[in-house]
Amino acid sequence: MSIARRVRLKTYMLIVLMVAFGATGDVLLGKGMRETGGIALSSPALFIDGIIRGFHNDLVWMGIFSLIFFFLCYMLVLSWADYSFVSPASAISYAVVTFLGWMLLGESVNSTRWLGVLVICLGVFLVGHTPTRTTPEIE
Amino acid sequence: MRVWILLAIVVLAGTAGEISVTRAMKRIGEVHQFNPRALLKVLGRAFRIGWMWLGLALLAMAFFSLLALLSWENVSFVVPLTALSYVVGALMAKLFLKEKVDRIRWMGVLLVVVGVVLVWVG
Repeated sequence: MSIARRVRLKTYMLIVLMVAFGATGDVLLGKGMRETGGIALSSPALFIDGIIRGFHNDLVWMGIFSLIFFFLCYMLVLSWADYSFVSPASAISYAVVTFLGWMLLGESVNSTRWLGVLVICLGVFLVGHTPTRTTPEIE
Repeated sequence: MRVWILLAIVVLAGTAGEISVTRAMKRIGEVHQFNPRALLKVLGRAFRIGWMWLGLALLAMAFFSLLALLSWENVSFVVPLTALSYVVGALMAKLFLKEKVDRIRWMGVLLVVVGVVLVWVG
């Protein structure tokens, strides 16, 4: 396998991991925070109280760990790939989350949202066909 | 008015934060080994770079501005507007990181913005 091909494959793999950890983290954190009553934004005291209650929930912690792994993958992929490649490419998560919600949770998805999913996939497809790195390696 | 100022902070600080993190990681250079030991070493190096801390500070600022914004406005109003970050990000990457954003990548970025808006408006 050529070096360029290997780097591209490595980039795709880390973006897949980012999407998986990011989406899982968001879902767990959202579920956990709703279980503990959510965060009130009406006053700073209630806000902090909401966050502290969140920390007593296992799902919240699992979500936080998942998001830490997301950020680690993000850091790693940015050590070689362009930001202007990784950032739009990771928007595929909107499409994945919509699709999984529809398939696994039976959420209803209207035609506007399906069109959005299609347009995102098209955009990511285009970005995916540009070079993963356009800057020279600095040492 | 304060809504638009906060929205600008969410988009600009968020993007600038990610650009700073990218700058730090590019200084470390391409990571080749992914075993836990090698990864810890990468993390150790990353947190000794000023850009990393600046990036995290900016991202934290964007995050709390987003929370404040969400306390006044609906998610379906806020999130589609933050999709503009993809355009600002490509511009900043070109300007500050000297990445070459060609016509195909621009088209992809614009499609992603339109798609995210559609998913949230729908």
